Amino acid sequence: MRHAITLRVNDEVRTLDVEPSDVLLEVLRGRVGLTSPKAGCERGDCGACTVLLDHRTVRSCLILAVEVDGHEIVTVEGLGIDGLTALQERLIELSAFQCGYCAPGVILSAAELLAETSDPTREEVQEAIAGNLCRCTGYAPIVDAVLAATRAPAGAPTPEV
Amino acid sequence: MTIALDLAYVAPTSLEDALGQLADGDATTVLLAGGTDVIARLRDDAIQPTRLVDIKRIPGLSSVEIRKGSLHVGCLVTFSDLLASDLVQDRFPGLEEMARLVASVGIRNRATVVGNICSAVPSCDAGPVLLTHDAVIHTTSPAGERAIPIDRWFVGPRRTAIEDGEIVTHLTVPVPRNHHGAAYARLSRTRGEDLAQASVAVLLEPGHRYRVAFGAVAASALRARRIEALIAGSRVDAELVDRAVDLVHDEVAPITDVRATAHYRLRMCEVMLRRALTAATGRAAGDGPRYDVALI
Repeated sequence: MRHAITLRVNDEVRTLDVEPSDVLLEVLRGRVGLTSPKAGCERGDCGACTVLLDHRTVRSCLILAVEVDGHEIVTVEGLGIDGLTALQERLIELSAFQCGYCAPGVILSAAELLAETSDPTREEVQEAIAGNLCRCTGYAPIVDAVLAATRAPAGAPTPEV
Repeated sequence: MTIALDLAYVAPTSLEDALGQLADGDATTVLLAGGTDVIARLRDDAIQPTRLVDIKRIPGLSSVEIRKGSLHVGCLVTFSDLLASDLVQDRFPGLEEMARLVASVGIRNRATVVGNICSAVPSCDAGPVLLTHDAVIHTTSPAGERAIPIDRWFVGPRRTAIEDGEIVTHLTVPVPRNHHGAAYARLSRTRGEDLAQASVAVLLEPGHRYRVAFGAVAASALRARRIEALIAGSRVDAELVDRAVDLVHDEVAPITDVRATAHYRLRMCEVMLRRALTAATGRAAGDGPRYDVALI
């Protein structure tokens, strides 16, 4: 039986007809056209499908679309709606990613941390992104960039980290 | 990889309604809360329900508060909710230490503590810690309410004492006495995504009252009663720790699987018991390692 769901996606209210078995990740990619959440392990381990659900990171591969009726979803497309965030600018400046497959999930996980803590420790940054697997970088440049985003206003010289 | 099932989905807004859905024998019903286990199993085709009953729209199941001398943890409370609770931080540091070690933020934001003990995999993190804290699981059904001590809850891998038609509404955890010390050591291959390969929980209350439990080294999380009997009432020093460690192989029955060999699990249980006993004893005395310092 199909269900009509209404949700706010990146500040836009969407109404969709979904089957109960439709997974949020596939609905966002295939129906809403948001391709920043990636299909990786599709069992909650890798974090590539991370989205913000009511401001908290979740695995969109482990959530049914019908569960988020009435809730709010933000993806990286919505995070940068008014231009790149300071976090994204630091990630670019420091060439923090290589292939980029993990990038949307990492960015949202770091954004969630920075929304809670303006001055996190290196350890806190590592913990925040521990569920986002990156197979390219070894994580160090990502952690450096997240820390740089907390310490320097946009446009300021990048401090040593 | 989609879910190839003809599923019905309902999201009742009252417990009575949810119990009615469970009692309806025309459907094979699975309860859905955080879904980090249920949805993964649906995707794996490991379960084939015909109806999901999403309990997240039922009010009143999300509280973390003290009621009658115990911590009340509603069945919708997530691991992140535990970590955000000042009450848990102040009075139940052992629960906090455990919650911080569960998977990653994105899982902890969604996975519920009650769901963790209901899915009841041998490696569940909440099991050993709740065993040392003498938690009680509270269920409700049309037949009435039941309170099940956690040492009678786990029956086997993915099997619990829950009966058909019952919903776990909450669990209660007695407030440990002042100057207690807790410790949870959890072995895993990688941070942020691995299940426990083996784990040890210890709770020490004043009067040298020790509780010890293991996870991921038997069919379900278990209390180590021989070790507890050995050290009960004694001040735990290096010699007594050695004797406790000698009993580990009598308490646990690890298996070899893709995550670790039985031998490695057994040896690491010995290492982790030593560290957890020492840490809990030190923490009770006020000079142990901080709770946010990993023991392994």
